[in-house]
Amino acid sequence: MKEHRSIRQMAVGEKACIARISAEGELGRRIRDMGLVPGAEVEIVGRAPLNDPVALRLKGFTLSLRNNEADYLFVAKRNGDQA
Amino acid sequence: MSQTQHRAAAESAAPLHDQGLRLHTVALAGNPNAGKSTLFNALTGARAHVGNYPGITVEKKVGRVRAGDTVLEVVDLPGAYSLTAYSAEELVARDFLVEERPAAVVDVLNAGALERNLYLTVQFMELGIPLVLGLNMMDEARRNGVHVDVKRLSAILGCPVTELVARTGEGVHELSLAAAQTAREAKGQWKPLEISYGPDLDPAITEMTARILAKSFLKERYPARWIALKYIENDSQIMELGRAADPELAAWLEARVLQVATHLRATLGTYPEAVVADYRYGYIASVLKGVLKRDDLGDRVEFSDRIDLLLTHKVMGPVLMFAVIYLIYQLTFTVGKVPMDWLEAGFGLLSETVNDALPDGMLRSLLVDGVIAGVGGVMGFVPLVMIIFLLIAFLEDSGYMARIAYMLDRVFRIFGLHGCSVMPFIISGGIAGGCALPGVMASRTLRSPKERIATILTAPFMTCGAKLPVFILLAGVFFPDHAAQAMFGMTMLGWAMALCVSWMLRSTVVRGESTPFVMELPPYRLPTLRGLAIHTWERTWQYIKKAGTVILAVSVVVWAAMTFPGLPEDKENVFEARKAEISERIAALEAAEAAQPEAKEAAEAKPDAPAAEARAEEADKADAQTAEAPKAEGEEPAKAEGELETLQAQLEDIEKEQAAAALEASLAGRLGLALEPVSRWAGFDWRTNIALVGGFAAKEIIVSTLGTAYSLGAVEAEEADPLAEKLTQAGIPLAAGLALMVFILLYSPCFPTVVAIGKETGSWKWAVFSMTFNTVFAFVLAVAIFQVGTLLFP
Repeated sequence: MKEHRSIRQMAVGEKACIARISAEGELGRRIRDMGLVPGAEVEIVGRAPLNDPVALRLKGFTLSLRNNEADYLFVAKRNGDQA
Repeated sequence: MSQTQHRAAAESAAPLHDQGLRLHTVALAGNPNAGKSTLFNALTGARAHVGNYPGITVEKKVGRVRAGDTVLEVVDLPGAYSLTAYSAEELVARDFLVEERPAAVVDVLNAGALERNLYLTVQFMELGIPLVLGLNMMDEARRNGVHVDVKRLSAILGCPVTELVARTGEGVHELSLAAAQTAREAKGQWKPLEISYGPDLDPAITEMTARILAKSFLKERYPARWIALKYIENDSQIMELGRAADPELAAWLEARVLQVATHLRATLGTYPEAVVADYRYGYIASVLKGVLKRDDLGDRVEFSDRIDLLLTHKVMGPVLMFAVIYLIYQLTFTVGKVPMDWLEAGFGLLSETVNDALPDGMLRSLLVDGVIAGVGGVMGFVPLVMIIFLLIAFLEDSGYMARIAYMLDRVFRIFGLHGCSVMPFIISGGIAGGCALPGVMASRTLRSPKERIATILTAPFMTCGAKLPVFILLAGVFFPDHAAQAMFGMTMLGWAMALCVSWMLRSTVVRGESTPFVMELPPYRLPTLRGLAIHTWERTWQYIKKAGTVILAVSVVVWAAMTFPGLPEDKENVFEARKAEISERIAALEAAEAAQPEAKEAAEAKPDAPAAEARAEEADKADAQTAEAPKAEGEEPAKAEGELETLQAQLEDIEKEQAAAALEASLAGRLGLALEPVSRWAGFDWRTNIALVGGFAAKEIIVSTLGTAYSLGAVEAEEADPLAEKLTQAGIPLAAGLALMVFILLYSPCFPTVVAIGKETGSWKWAVFSMTFNTVFAFVLAVAIFQVGTLLFP
């Protein structure tokens, strides 16, 4: 299985493609309704003053989610990333 | 309310028909932040009716627009991201569509975020309802390098597509014509779209659809394939309906879904709902191929993002947030003061006019002390309420409110609340001067019922506009040198208590997981004046309605409780006798004064006339003694006037004494006395008790009741100085004053708010809970403060 890391671990200003979503139930539905699906490109545009929630940019709009919700969203590990 | 509106619409359809006009109901739907309400306002303007959906608190707006030879009755559905019910709003949108079957749906999309917005559109198409698309905010999209081939999109989807800029009205008329045409041509026929959900789901969906068709399962409401899809999507509402309609088939369908789910998990490591969403987005991507083009603007930071760099900055963000909140406070009070004074003067004049026009008696008392004082007290705050709502509407419409929620979510979560709880708190008086009634209503934006209940129950702890005059008065009495600090302290205490109590509630009676904070941060936009005006007016109107209905009724009840049964006859006679005696002396003096010209002459001739001397003796002795001999000549008539004043003051004092005695004898007074043994623990005497009981009706009543109880006659909140003196003279200890302020801050919400709590939570249990819990909580705290305070400052 390919190595993935969660959105929580991404830095502000970083861009990546969503590879996998492990959320189910209500949260999973909510995430998908908002357009966070595998293949979508996201960019971290900011973090709230207490580092949580996190703001994402997704095709034409901005979304916020909490870190513990971002944990369910995985992006592919970039080439050249140190483990 | 909405049902009556519907009936009214049906009734008025006949005259429309006579004019050769047709009436069609059209639903306005779309994602939140897609500009739906701007379009609704542009279409229908101020002619819209606002109400609630029957039995639910979600707002319902209905308005009419003429489009050619058709009149469209436009129903503004609540914003939704999906038709698979997640929030109460989304459920309402779906139920309206299947139950009311509008002639067409106008789907408003944000052209700049077309992909996400089309997710809802695809679901409308799967339902089969006649559809018209309005691509809103085209100006913004074009600026951001987004190009949409509208003709091609319309051809692929098979429905009219209009480009819109709802803010300026561009394309609005074309859209209404397209909606009218679609509604006419569809003739109520629904044509569901069928899209493929891949090799794993398609066979199952086909199989399920066949069974559903064979048994006419829920047929009159939903298309068969759509039901099958909802089962796949694990939609709890549809599954429940299914179980009730045909348990056998429902069980089979559920088993079939489970089978697919197991297969998917084993082979692909995913589950049906996710596959459905992926295929829908796949379908959207294929539709948009050749339709949507984005100029590569490189790493150009959008305008909104640039503002966010500052407004949600780690340090500057919170600083600016507090500055904004402080500014709202300042603006509200400095600007609001002027019209508030006018209104109060107006009510004062009205009160005087009625007072003069009517003879002394019950009716006058009812109108002046009950109706005008009660309603006027609430109406006086209308300018403040209006300004605060205008500013809040500005924050909401501009997109900043979402940032406040974003910045505060982490803090609020500690207390079991949601970032979105900020709004209800602020409206309720988090910035002193709000009103808990619209605050409780504003909690509708919260999705989780648990967080919502916690917010609704704690929002009334804030320093609402009605508590303000009471605090201004009490702070002036007990903290004469630190009144402003005391006021600020009260506001902070309101916040602290709201957060602590909500934490208590969330870890006991309303326990449960927190809801996801997957929330859109809409781009910053300059709100339209029209939108601001409409939003402000809608909320202000709710407040005025409260004054006109509940407060009016309760004011009358409170007036009655404070008037009846009145003084026993013997006591009444004693007062009347004393009044009669003084009145006689006044009459005698006035008669003498009428003859003053001669008396004056006489006084000039003989400075020590015996008559004048006798009068002087009767008057204040000290006065007579300090009068210097050389000036005595001119002082003689002045002394007579002074005496007249003294007598009139005495008469007034007796009247006040009588009023206070009558109050003591009244129902409210007896209640106050009966409560005294308990309230003593917190340092409240029976007079305070009456005011507090009256304050349950509306906190505005507290000041005027204190005035009557401390025998001052009617007291206006703004002219509280003599009351403050009286309270100071009454020698109420500091500890009791502080206990009183805390009690007023926290005890039972006013009656209109309690009613709102009952309606908003959908259960009277919570209304009763907030009344009893808050009062007990406030009392315990007040007792603690009084007891400890008495020990510390004996």
